[in-house]
Amino acid sequence: MPSEAPRNPRTRQPEKAERRPPAPRSPRGNRTSSGTAPDTTEAPGRVTVRKTYKLYVGGAFPRSESGRSYPVTTPGGEFLANAAWASRKDARDAVVAARRAFAGWSGATAYNRGQVLYRVAEMLEGRRAQFVEEVRAGEGCSAARADALVSDAIDRWVWYAGWSDKITQVIGSTNPVAGPYFDFSIPEPTGVVAVLAPQESSLLGLVSVLAPVAVTGNTAVVVTSQARPLPAITLGEVLATSDLPGGVINILTGSAAEIGPWLAAHQDVNAIDLTGADAELRTELERAAAQNIKRVLRAPRSEPDWTAEPGLSRMTAFLETKTVWHPVGI
Amino acid sequence: MTEWEYAPAPESRDTARLRSSYGMFVDGQFRDPDSDQNMKTVNPATEEVLAEVAVAGQADVDRAVAAARRAHQQVWGPMPGRERAKYLFRIARIVQERSRELAVLETLDNGKPIRESRDVDVPLAAAHFFYYAGWADKLPYAGFGPDPRPLGVAGQVIPWNFPLMMAAWKLAPALAAGNTCVLKPAETTPLTALVLAEICQQADLPPGVVNVLPGAGDTGRAVVSHPDVDKVAFTGSTDVGREIARTLAGTGRRLTLELGGKAANIVFDDAPLDQAVEGIVNGIFFNQGHVCCAGSRLLVQESVYAEVLDRLRRRLGTLRLGDPMDKNTDIGAINSAEQLARITELTAAGEAEGARRWSPPCALPDRGFWFPPTVFTDVAQSHRIAREEIFGPVLSVLTFRTPAEAVEKANNTPYGLSAGVWTEKGSRILWAAQRLRAGVVWANTFNRFDPTSPFGGYQESGFGREGGRHGLEAYLAV
Repeated sequence: MPSEAPRNPRTRQPEKAERRPPAPRSPRGNRTSSGTAPDTTEAPGRVTVRKTYKLYVGGAFPRSESGRSYPVTTPGGEFLANAAWASRKDARDAVVAARRAFAGWSGATAYNRGQVLYRVAEMLEGRRAQFVEEVRAGEGCSAARADALVSDAIDRWVWYAGWSDKITQVIGSTNPVAGPYFDFSIPEPTGVVAVLAPQESSLLGLVSVLAPVAVTGNTAVVVTSQARPLPAITLGEVLATSDLPGGVINILTGSAAEIGPWLAAHQDVNAIDLTGADAELRTELERAAAQNIKRVLRAPRSEPDWTAEPGLSRMTAFLETKTVWHPVGI
Repeated sequence: MTEWEYAPAPESRDTARLRSSYGMFVDGQFRDPDSDQNMKTVNPATEEVLAEVAVAGQADVDRAVAAARRAHQQVWGPMPGRERAKYLFRIARIVQERSRELAVLETLDNGKPIRESRDVDVPLAAAHFFYYAGWADKLPYAGFGPDPRPLGVAGQVIPWNFPLMMAAWKLAPALAAGNTCVLKPAETTPLTALVLAEICQQADLPPGVVNVLPGAGDTGRAVVSHPDVDKVAFTGSTDVGREIARTLAGTGRRLTLELGGKAANIVFDDAPLDQAVEGIVNGIFFNQGHVCCAGSRLLVQESVYAEVLDRLRRRLGTLRLGDPMDKNTDIGAINSAEQLARITELTAAGEAEGARRWSPPCALPDRGFWFPPTVFTDVAQSHRIAREEIFGPVLSVLTFRTPAEAVEKANNTPYGLSAGVWTEKGSRILWAAQRLRAGVVWANTFNRFDPTSPFGGYQESGFGREGGRHGLEAYLAV
């Protein structure tokens, strides 16, 4: 552990949490106990380079066009980082990026989508230590618990990646209609899906709502947990290096309460997942979504246990069924 | 007019990392056989000996089956599907990483053009592992009940026409379902299966989960008749399939067979003829016709017969036969002297029975096993070349007048693996597909394969399906 590494008191002491009683405290820098990345090879006296957490839109990492940010802390109030506070304009930009990416992503072969998404899992595994640290700091759990959550998140991503070329085989059908017709039904992605990610489970929950949207060929605009957005932005960095076309998944940090209504009312969004929406906001969001008949995945009463094996429902929620008739005869 | 010749474009054989000898793969280790028996594997394009390969005897088979049983009981069977999946994903990835090496080795050992091993065999092998990896943690969704169980130890015997791809078709679904495997590659093409075994090592696959036993018929018989093998999967000739079915009679052990074929490729008068000619060529000359689902009987509607034959002959004149390692080669070497003798014998019978034989002008290399692309016309349904599987680059052409006659002739065979239909009319495609007694029907295409798509035969072409969701059934206790 880095705590056993030699330390230089001159640079260290001012940053030590126990010496800085007023909140919000700032334990970043060379510390790893609450910081976002483990610094296992630091030299004594070296000040680490911190990461700027930005949005992930259209394959790029812009700040919020509004220039706003907000402090992200541990549950105990220790400062972790400033995150971008996405605006209505950022949300609209993200929808444009998602729409632009839809034709290519939904038109890719299922095999290709599966390969790309499996590549994401490979990259997740490579960043495991960083995720564990961010989950641990953000969710305030033990390192062992964070490690288990990250493992589950990676395995969940692999599970969904494998569905790319199987979901059609499981929910599609050929239909023995009473006549000389060959008739079959196949699932197709619904389009651009807005996802209000779970507020509590910052990585496993996020992966559990995002992977089913992407694997089925949809493109996504996700609003992360407001209080725990850091793993989501690191996930964006993973996506950016995984052959996933820019715009397929767009990540906004900030307030679901602020951006959610704009996404719910957006006429070029085909579906919305309300999982992370505040209880008092849900009805309003559903009502706004009705305008262009969005598919709405309603929020569970309370945040579910994300470690439980998911079924197909998060994929089928964002799939249309297309039925084709063709005559049979000489 | 200037004749523009192809420049030679040979693949480097160094890529194959050929070794002088290969052991068998048992319980996670490469080892020499108990009997110290070896065989030589030969490059059919040059008759050069490529390597010495261990021949597994009864004691080796016993050891491999015991290792597979142990691995199934202690490691692979109890392992959660999501962990099995990750091993299979690893294998898929390493096959992709080592794809060029595998392609070159396949071409050296088998004689098929590098273009095919590079673009078809190896990518499909990787795709198969990738596809079934995804099933390992989704078995309850496969349609065989909420908690389908594996069978145990699978004994698998594969042919020489697609050595690596057949290994993938056998291993991937078996492993995904939780079985362990004893695989016997073909006598003449054992090398890529042994590299695949090495890939299993690189993937840290637990010892005993996959065992690879090279050898000839005796080794295969020892594998399929082993009393502790729960399931036998065989791809090869119908005669051997019969023998295996008899061996397993009364044992209650599960069996799937993928056997021979004599596919009809039906060209209706409204077919897009250029496309159809490409499909006919691909159907019978792909892999030198060493394809169980090859479109070896061409059925052409009389009204377009002359035009189709004319275009076909012209197209065959442009096929390039020769060095399989050359990237421009269309037709490579016949896999073995034995197979060449069979093709020679059957084509002689074709002439003797009165069919008319034609080949394009085509120089054959001096060394190695070669057979020119050959077309027989004036073929009657009673001729041996219209009834028996030749498994070579030999096409028999018959004609028909009505769609009903086409279907009747197409179905006039004890086989039933595949069929082709060429017509611009969708309803006619589906009409014909409904009536053809074949496990795969290709319409306006031929010889397409995909891990998601079930493959297998009717009648004497065998039973069971490989590929797709259906391919899991053969390896689950359902």
